[in-house]
Amino acid sequence: MNEIVSSTTIADAKHDEPALRMRTLNLNAFFGANHALKDISLDIRNNKVLAIIGPSGCGKSTFLRSLNRMHEEVGGTIKGSILLDGEDIMKKDPVHLRKKVGMVFQKANPFPTMSIAENVVAGLKLNGHRNKSRLKEIVEECLKRAALWDEVKDSLHKPGNSISGGQQQRLCIARTLAVEPEVILMDEPASALDPISTAKIEELIFELKKKYTIVIVTHNMQQASRVSDLTAFFYMGQLIEIDKTTNIFTAPKNKQTEDYVTGRFG
Amino acid sequence: MNNFYFKWRKLKNTLVFSLSIFGVILVLVPLFFILYYTLKQGIGAINWDFFTQMPKPVGETGGGMANAIVGTGILIGLGSLMGIPIGIFAGIYLADKPKGAFAFVVRFLTDVMNGIPSIVVGVVAYILIVIPMKRFSALAGGFALGILMIPLITRTTEEMIRLVPNSFREAGLGLGIPRWKTTLSIILPAAFKGIFTGILLSVARAAGETAPLLFTALGNRFWSVQLDQPIASMTVFIYDYAKAPFNDWNQQAWAASFVLIVLVLILNIIFRVVTRKSYTA
Repeated sequence: MNEIVSSTTIADAKHDEPALRMRTLNLNAFFGANHALKDISLDIRNNKVLAIIGPSGCGKSTFLRSLNRMHEEVGGTIKGSILLDGEDIMKKDPVHLRKKVGMVFQKANPFPTMSIAENVVAGLKLNGHRNKSRLKEIVEECLKRAALWDEVKDSLHKPGNSISGGQQQRLCIARTLAVEPEVILMDEPASALDPISTAKIEELIFELKKKYTIVIVTHNMQQASRVSDLTAFFYMGQLIEIDKTTNIFTAPKNKQTEDYVTGRFG
Repeated sequence: MNNFYFKWRKLKNTLVFSLSIFGVILVLVPLFFILYYTLKQGIGAINWDFFTQMPKPVGETGGGMANAIVGTGILIGLGSLMGIPIGIFAGIYLADKPKGAFAFVVRFLTDVMNGIPSIVVGVVAYILIVIPMKRFSALAGGFALGILMIPLITRTTEEMIRLVPNSFREAGLGLGIPRWKTTLSIILPAAFKGIFTGILLSVARAAGETAPLLFTALGNRFWSVQLDQPIASMTVFIYDYAKAPFNDWNQQAWAASFVLIVLVLILNIIFRVVTRKSYTA
């Protein structure tokens, strides 16, 4: 593995650290002339939840999207490197990369022309998995892991968008789980949901980190403090501070971080 | 004072509402009038024989247009075989690459094509197919109808795909589904209903075309389903029979017009029923 010593901001965060899953090195992102990310170097470790916080336009979504090259879909380019299990993701086929690094979006987006069950296995089916009994098992497995099974087990044939918003978002998580990713990227997954649905998603994140590595972008600082192990604060395209979540929210080292988490700006 | 404004607003509402009702009536009156008049003029010729018999030789009364009904079906089938796939794939391309210079040119030419008089398309088919084959044929007619169908299907497909939220495309790509498969299996089904409407409109248009068939499919008074031979069609049947000097034939032309309108109407209803069952975006 490419063990280049990264910036000092990381050093503080890795004492009892699990294995490295992803790493960005001097990551810069551009949208035309807009320099959206500036020299971001950080580590994403196994079975941990990394929360990314920061005011709107700070580059946190861009950072998240670049981790599975979804930034390319909105016309972004990057410089620097992103490693997944030591390999440069820019040298991988994006189709393969996205199976390993899955994504849950801000707005629940189950496929409208598919049933709930079909939604769960869409990624598998459209990649050529044909074993029907196995697919059926996977539907149940993934819906259970997404804590949705009990609510939809009698209506698996109904359209994916016939359930409530919170259920739809968990369906999208189940759909992501079905392709067996290693890392799950979540872009403000609960920002459009009511408090009860949000609580369910958060509980789910807590469960999921036993098996997956999670990076979550959130506007909600309480949410970051509840669900994450590590928190990174982004501001104006720069990584200001990354540390254990408790440290970020109780004893941030950087003045800007402190101002943000205490609500003095942003 | 308040009361006055409230009344004035209600009055405006009633006024605009009445205007829109009036508009609806203006749209519907010609339709019902055409249906009524063609039926009235043609009813005498509409009977079982009209649908099952061949045209009778000149001078004999009776007979039907079985060959023309089948011919129109074949011509529309040929046109669809050509127009639907080309139109849909072109539409996908335009929706996928909305900003490219090539897409701009294609979109512009498609719009121009949409406005080309159908008789010109007939001339093109005549030059490209009839002259090299040295004969009028169903193939040439189908080709002409196909060309007429392409622009409408292309533009509807493009517009309908663009209406599908980008989040579905991203969700598909995010699951590691290749781009082409995301488009075909996720985006296209979500846009299916609208695209189907476009296809329906273009089929209805093709069914009603006469000019491009006059010097491609030509028409045929005898039974023929061979694709390399001239073939009958309902519109050319109407054209020939309407200008014939026999009352009997004129009445059959009216009857054929009525049947053609009803067929297009039935087609519409079938498509509506079929598409209503699908999930909507």
